[in-house]
Amino acid sequence: MATDTTADGARATAPVGTPTKVTQGSRTKGGIGESTLRPDGTLKVTGEFAYSSDMWHEDMLWGQILRSTVAHAEIVSLDTGEALATPGVYAVLTYDDLPTAVKNYGLEIQDTPVLAHGRVRHHGEPVAIVAADHPETARRAAAKIKVEYRELPVVTDEASATAPDAPLIHEGRDDHHIGHVAHPNIVHRQPIVRGDVEAARDRADFVVEGEYTFGMQDQAFLGPESGLAVPAEDGGVDLYVATQWLHSDLRQIAPVLGLPEDKVRMTLSGVGGAFGGREDLSMQIHACLLALRTGKPVKIVYNRFESFFGHVHRHPAKLHYEHGATKDGKLTHMKCRIVLDGGAYASASPAVVGNAASLAVGPYVLEDVDIEAIALYSNNPPCGAMRGFGAVQACFAYEAQMDKLADAVGMDRVEFRQLNAMSQGTLMPTGQPVDSPAPVAELLRRVKAMPMPPEQQWLAAGEAADVRQLPGGLSNTTHGEGVVRGVGYAVGIKNVGFSEGFDDYSTAKVRMEVVGGEPVATVHTAMAEVGQGGVTVHAQIARTELGVAQVTIQPADTQVGSAGSTSASRQTYVTGGAVKNACELVREKVLEIGRRKLGTYHPAWASAELLLEGGKVVTDGGEVLADLVDVLEDEAVEVEEEWRHRPTEAFDLRTGQGNGHVQYSFAAHRAVVEVDTELGLVKVIELACAQDVGKALNPLSVIGQIQGGTTQGLGIAVMEEIIVDPVTAKVRNPSFTDYLIPTILDTPTIPVDVLELADDHAPYGLRGIGEAPTLSSTPAVLAAIRNATGLDLNRTPVRPEHLTGMA
Amino acid sequence: MRVSFTVNGRPQEADDVWEGESLLYVLRERMGLPGSKNACEQGECGSCTVRLDNVPVCSCLVAAGQVEGRDVVTVEGLADFAKQREQHGGCASEASGASAGPGACGTPLDAAKRWEARPSDSQTGEGAELAPIQQAFIDAGAVQCGFCTPGLLVAADEMLERNPTPTDADIREALSGNLCRCTGYEKIMDAVRLAAARQGEAV
Repeated sequence: MATDTTADGARATAPVGTPTKVTQGSRTKGGIGESTLRPDGTLKVTGEFAYSSDMWHEDMLWGQILRSTVAHAEIVSLDTGEALATPGVYAVLTYDDLPTAVKNYGLEIQDTPVLAHGRVRHHGEPVAIVAADHPETARRAAAKIKVEYRELPVVTDEASATAPDAPLIHEGRDDHHIGHVAHPNIVHRQPIVRGDVEAARDRADFVVEGEYTFGMQDQAFLGPESGLAVPAEDGGVDLYVATQWLHSDLRQIAPVLGLPEDKVRMTLSGVGGAFGGREDLSMQIHACLLALRTGKPVKIVYNRFESFFGHVHRHPAKLHYEHGATKDGKLTHMKCRIVLDGGAYASASPAVVGNAASLAVGPYVLEDVDIEAIALYSNNPPCGAMRGFGAVQACFAYEAQMDKLADAVGMDRVEFRQLNAMSQGTLMPTGQPVDSPAPVAELLRRVKAMPMPPEQQWLAAGEAADVRQLPGGLSNTTHGEGVVRGVGYAVGIKNVGFSEGFDDYSTAKVRMEVVGGEPVATVHTAMAEVGQGGVTVHAQIARTELGVAQVTIQPADTQVGSAGSTSASRQTYVTGGAVKNACELVREKVLEIGRRKLGTYHPAWASAELLLEGGKVVTDGGEVLADLVDVLEDEAVEVEEEWRHRPTEAFDLRTGQGNGHVQYSFAAHRAVVEVDTELGLVKVIELACAQDVGKALNPLSVIGQIQGGTTQGLGIAVMEEIIVDPVTAKVRNPSFTDYLIPTILDTPTIPVDVLELADDHAPYGLRGIGEAPTLSSTPAVLAAIRNATGLDLNRTPVRPEHLTGMA
Repeated sequence: MRVSFTVNGRPQEADDVWEGESLLYVLRERMGLPGSKNACEQGECGSCTVRLDNVPVCSCLVAAGQVEGRDVVTVEGLADFAKQREQHGGCASEASGASAGPGACGTPLDAAKRWEARPSDSQTGEGAELAPIQQAFIDAGAVQCGFCTPGLLVAADEMLERNPTPTDADIREALSGNLCRCTGYEKIMDAVRLAAARQGEAV
């Protein structure tokens, strides 16, 4: 007889956010702290791992989306007749075919039409959808849909967005931000005011100002948006899709379909990277609509061209900064204004504004600040979440300022940062104390102490020079003539988890039972594994907490409660915390069963602190009381429980004060570059990183995250930018031919120094790690290029024309 | 049209192939071999890399009709392919020969072993027979989302066949047509060095 034990009654044993003592697991192999290998590794190297674009179903149709060819226009007419008459086409749907009154979706503000209604607001907006028996038939049919546009003036920047006669991107806004913005084309505004900037400026011996521009970056995950919707007999739909947050998708999809949430059953398919680009919906609703209309399974797979239109990008930004410092190098004040372009729909813009404002100071002590961050509505491509959002743009600017200030004061650039570095106890500009280690100065010390890459004697090598190591590479553009080296440093701060009062919980279901004579733990969450290795860590946590060797990770789906988003560096903290918590509750129940069955055989059952290790119940002194197999016999213990980190508060809308963040993450970089000054070509020679991770649950995965994040920062420094035409607001480079991401030739060695200073508020003392390395990487590369060339360089990415004076 | 060719050593046939279909589409959608990936479908990312008569190609840029009567190896067949090569004295194909090239000097085994993350238990890889390059990708932590992995494996395996003792610059040059967005390539470098070192040890 198997007894399923639910979590009722156990809630009181694990108060929200309370740190638990680590007593488990030191003797269980494969637990936390070890570099265990990915459970999906074999499937991924053999080609058997099923990504969302690999789904296949008997009688499956292919969906295709028709997107707008202009950025801002009225739709005068829309004729689907010829498309529908194409042999092989099963359905063509437009706005008029949407089944319910809910026709929009959105993460926070439901302003995004499922299909355009009389107007398009950006280039590539979905207008109609087609289902056909072959993808090429669907594409050709979509091309036969006749759309007549009457173009409208485009809003492309702050001036055109906030002009008195500016066209309103969204008329009749009724979201909760409209009350505190100066213009309806501003999504959200967050000021932060602390101290007295005017008085502090009087104390400054040096004042440095800068105007910075940050380009639009694409997540460029390799697995395109894709999925398969299968209509079910009960009138519902089963959706297999790649996403970052199943339950957030579900909340947005179900109302549009007119189905209760339990009739939209979602399962996570293999996810080919995410980086924020899968927080918003892409093809989910479209595939479901076509499947429900045709009664057949429908697969949609974007190609790369469409992918550039199919997800939000990183906000481009204009940042104006003023800092002051005394002659002995202490920062006096900071004043800044950050304008983020959110494009046509809100997406995550409000949260990006909150991050940019609250982290605008960087990891420094500054008591007198005046900060304003806004996000615009425009006719540019919608922007939202991407790794490090808001904090990335600010870090690029404040780190450039730090170099300028250090130079003005006449101090070493690293020492200047260390002198002003925050530490545990520092107040953020929001008034929130930093209540866990903030080793900013130490990270800078460590990254500076790492050995420098050797100087390269190109000209001495002559014809023997390996051009692959030089700027321009195999293009053979130099053998060292005109090549100069530079070194740059930067450090950054990122918040971990969802901030500003969001109820940021995760759910985990953990089951323990004997299978084949062995105790086995099963972990079921809805966490989106997007490559980061959460599934590896969940198994490690279960081994540590339950002392078992065998852990089964169930596929993520909506049959279990929400795990929140795989973003904001939060999953190991929050869903990892939920798995840990559920394991602890399972452990208590297992020990209860043991006491009931075997308690009379040994006094330690009642008196000692008991652990589960190596498949046995042991005392904290290491004495074995029983095998788990004998305790459990045929009973199964199961717990499904939500877990929360400590709550946060909203930022005050006038002053920006409030305990808005959960935790911070810090990384520092040193970049070494070589620049061919004649051609403006940059070769990054090395990009060293030091990061505090609190506790490395899986050191191999931690280093992988740091190196991957560092490389995305390198991309926005010297290569990556979505070019939007300033006149038409159309995207000019939607392809991997024209939007360049770093190849293995562009990427240098990335030595990593991992520091582990525990945050006592977090499970195992861990710190969210995914985003911090993306922050300081970019400004470190820029600083190195400035150091090499002596140029000012106030925009990123830097292109050859900026280095050769041609821009 | 009907297209017949050999995939991973087995004769395959696809009917009703539209003339514009790529080899990638036929492999993925008609032959049930979705291991070759569709990240860009414009020959830029290398995730669809297969060997066509032993030459690594982007299968998205090869029209299915061009493959008639030819020989294709995909990631699904890589383990068998590597095994056959081992059994036939280092070459799966008669065409390929090992040449280190001038100035090549690989990573010594001891140095490469520091990239080997030793699993404390057999959570991964148990039971599956893998090519050395596949095992090295797992061991070195070179797999994150894994979408670039199949193409990288085919490309890296082909490079190690040509050049068993590659320098770092050789590895970077050989894999420069394969984009990865997750790893920053460092663990991929580690994996290839590890595979090369293990290959050297085995000889």
